Amino acid sequence: MTGSNLPSSAQATGCDASMVIRERGQRQVFCGLAGIVWLHRKIQDAFFLVVGSRTCAHLLQSAAGVMIFAEPRFATAILQERDLAGLADCNQELDRVAAEILERRPDIKTLFLVGSCPSEVIKLDLAKAAERLSAAYRGRVRVLDYSASGLETTFTQGEDACLMSLVPELPALADTERSLLVLGTLPDVVEDQFQRLFAELGIGPVHFLPPRRASEFPPVGRGTRLLLAQPFLGETARALQGRGATLLTAPYPFGIEGTLGWLRAAADAWGIASERLEAVTAPAVARAKLSLARQREALAGKRITFLPDSQLEIPIARFLSRECGMELVEVATPFLDRQLMEPELALLPTGVRLTEGQDVDLQLDRVRSDRPDLTVCGLGLANPLESEGLRTKWSIELVFTPVHGFDQAADLAELFARPLARGALLRV
Amino acid sequence: MQLTLWSYEGPPHIGAMRIAASMEGVHLVLHAPQGDTYADLLFTMIERRGQRPPVSYTSFQARELGSDTAELVKSTIQAACDRFAPRVLLIGESCTAELIQDQPGALAQGMGLPIPVLSLELPAYTRKENWGANETFYQLVRGLLKSRVPAPGAERELRKAGARPLANLLGPSALGFRCRDDVVEVTRLLDSLGVDVNVVAPLGASPEDLLRLPEADFNVCLYPELADQTCLWLERMFGQRTVKTVPIGIGATRDFIAEVGRVAGIDVSATKEPIWSRMPWYSRSVDSTYLTGKRVFIFGDATHVVAAARIATEELGFTVVGLGTYAREFAREVREAAKRYGVEPLITDDYLDVEARVAEAHPELVLGTQMERHIAKRLGIPCAVVSAPVHIQDFPARYAPQMGFEGANVIFDTWVHPLMMGLEEHLITMFREDFEFHDGATPSHLGPGARTAHPSQERSLDTGSTAETAAATDENIMAWTSEAEQELKKIPFFVRGKARRNTERFAQERGILTITVETLYDAKAHFGR
Repeated sequence: MTGSNLPSSAQATGCDASMVIRERGQRQVFCGLAGIVWLHRKIQDAFFLVVGSRTCAHLLQSAAGVMIFAEPRFATAILQERDLAGLADCNQELDRVAAEILERRPDIKTLFLVGSCPSEVIKLDLAKAAERLSAAYRGRVRVLDYSASGLETTFTQGEDACLMSLVPELPALADTERSLLVLGTLPDVVEDQFQRLFAELGIGPVHFLPPRRASEFPPVGRGTRLLLAQPFLGETARALQGRGATLLTAPYPFGIEGTLGWLRAAADAWGIASERLEAVTAPAVARAKLSLARQREALAGKRITFLPDSQLEIPIARFLSRECGMELVEVATPFLDRQLMEPELALLPTGVRLTEGQDVDLQLDRVRSDRPDLTVCGLGLANPLESEGLRTKWSIELVFTPVHGFDQAADLAELFARPLARGALLRV
Repeated sequence: MQLTLWSYEGPPHIGAMRIAASMEGVHLVLHAPQGDTYADLLFTMIERRGQRPPVSYTSFQARELGSDTAELVKSTIQAACDRFAPRVLLIGESCTAELIQDQPGALAQGMGLPIPVLSLELPAYTRKENWGANETFYQLVRGLLKSRVPAPGAERELRKAGARPLANLLGPSALGFRCRDDVVEVTRLLDSLGVDVNVVAPLGASPEDLLRLPEADFNVCLYPELADQTCLWLERMFGQRTVKTVPIGIGATRDFIAEVGRVAGIDVSATKEPIWSRMPWYSRSVDSTYLTGKRVFIFGDATHVVAAARIATEELGFTVVGLGTYAREFAREVREAAKRYGVEPLITDDYLDVEARVAEAHPELVLGTQMERHIAKRLGIPCAVVSAPVHIQDFPARYAPQMGFEGANVIFDTWVHPLMMGLEEHLITMFREDFEFHDGATPSHLGPGARTAHPSQERSLDTGSTAETAAATDENIMAWTSEAEQELKKIPFFVRGKARRNTERFAQERGILTITVETLYDAKAHFGR
């Protein structure tokens, strides 16, 4: 804990990682298991089996805020006393549970065994279990494993761990070929928009990871150009680089500026002229500008604080500050991947208070003394802040809502404008 | 390992959180890894609480595991005491901390804190949420009061002549089902009997309030799931008798009044039901005749399902076709009730099991938890929620108790509302082919779309049966004429699957190869009640 002293080493433009305040203490964040809530909807023929405790099961059903009505493609194998006491062979038990799931869901092509805090602590070897089960179900189901324990992953890092487990499974891209790989879960509608833009630009073939179906694994190789749609996928990006992919450096596709910069990175890699990029994107940019202008009226000059949560804080702060005119009071992030955040940090206004990690009580003290117009925080903190007269925005909506790309730029801004508009509206 | 899709209860430390969050001046330090803080949202989102629950988490991560998590426990405790100045400190651990065995309770005891420190044993791999709440409440009461237990044989001080008897209301808690309003209703009911409430706990109580518990003449165990151990201990140590009837429903409320009379030693025979007790007349009212024999499936915690079964049969004239609980600790009570209503008790915390049993029983109304609401929605059956686990909808803005006379009014409305009204039901049966007034349509007072899940569900049920029929066809060459198929569709959807199976069984037993409209009605007459 270094307290809340403002960094003095402000640069002329942008921020750099040296200006970050680091905090350690109680963290008010989800663990990586929460990622299953969107991953299991995205990859339609995959099933996520958490090997953990009743707490894990309870977290999963609470994390979405509402429970999902359809039978979920996730479940928890809850460890019991006899599993811990060694009376039951955990591996045999796991095989039994896996068989039960696969019998119930014959449509499942990929089964993820997801490690948790308790499975990590008792050192249950899920990699070995996945290998064994893969052999047993060869040709029918692929069994993979990753850890989404709170000991190792914070919220969206669970997606990173999941996608990382897919990397060794990806087929090889022939050395003579090249393709663009977009990394990170995107809503289908956004994926289709990007797909159309890439096609019009003449960039292709384009693949997405995760794919909608686990049977559509994209190939990877020396010709792969990698573009990150989400800023929390560092480990997967590095693993893909390990398989020959080249990481394109770009801001993240939030807002007009971010999306344009993101597409430009791909256009540059394909040797497409800047004029062409501008011509292709012009209609979407014009649309986005028009609809963003309305939201900007509501947001300009308003002060915002981000509590550390989804790892999207920095790119979205950049968007809100540069395209919506908001004033950044504090931007906190659970952890700072300096390599992946570099293009974003350069775009942040100088002297912004950047925090990495969390000590929630101290952070709330700062929110109370700053009294920003809007605080972006997790579900556990929102109502307590509202009851103190502070407007809030749930960060979880940022991972559950289509917010990427030109046509969602105004929607993204609207997520932040709505609590302010509501605050102004109510007379109760 | 136990395969779980949805769970009815959280781990036991959530129960401990519910007790801490219910009270004032109590703080809980949880030794728990990063991520376990999700539990805060249960209180701030589901119950819309305006304060964070009084819980500090150590939030340990992998890097701390190698070094010193014990130091982290101590610094978290110290920080919590400095910041929140609790008057009682609870120390617990979540599932992962239990495995690393830091003994946070012992660490806290060793810190020489100036306040009572209570170390909780919350076995995460064998126990669940309600047990954790029950145990935490008991340990808290016992810990604060054990030094004040009178010597064996000491007589209880007699109540002053003319003084009103005093009762404690034990069991209401954060995240409990309608506790907030039940407390108000039961307080009002006791007041009408001449009984005052001494302490309500844990909901809204402070540690000082718990110290005053022995001042009451008796205890009311409002929610046995949370308070039966505490009541038993207070009875043994302080000679306070326990009122055990839970006043949910008219009959139970009358029994409750009688029991309070016996336990408090007051005459309640002249007690009149208040003018706002409308449920008995509403149920006797002629329009309620259509409720007779409605098939109802009941699942939830033990207290609420036992009460619901009695209300359903004695006060609404329903037929109970299923009764069960996820609370194994209270399975005995539910088994006894099931015997009374002639159904097989369902004791399970497996959501899929419950779903299968509901589908099999073809009820016309499901009374359950939020889980059963999902099940009923999928099966296209009306449903009312009668028990925890709760969702945000179970904390209505209006006054909506379950207990006492007003509770019975609320229950009448909540259970009857999802059903189709009497005449409407008749008309649908008469004119089944009306394109906008068919049985897939929502009851008219519920607005469009409330039963959207139904058509596809029905299709899948029908497909299931058709597959069955096809299989039977291979073997026995049995088939339905298209007229019979059409006629079958005129039977209400919730019994259609059963009618199909019964008819096929009837035909098979008689070697009938082609099922006609006649066969359908013959079978109906054969199996008719």
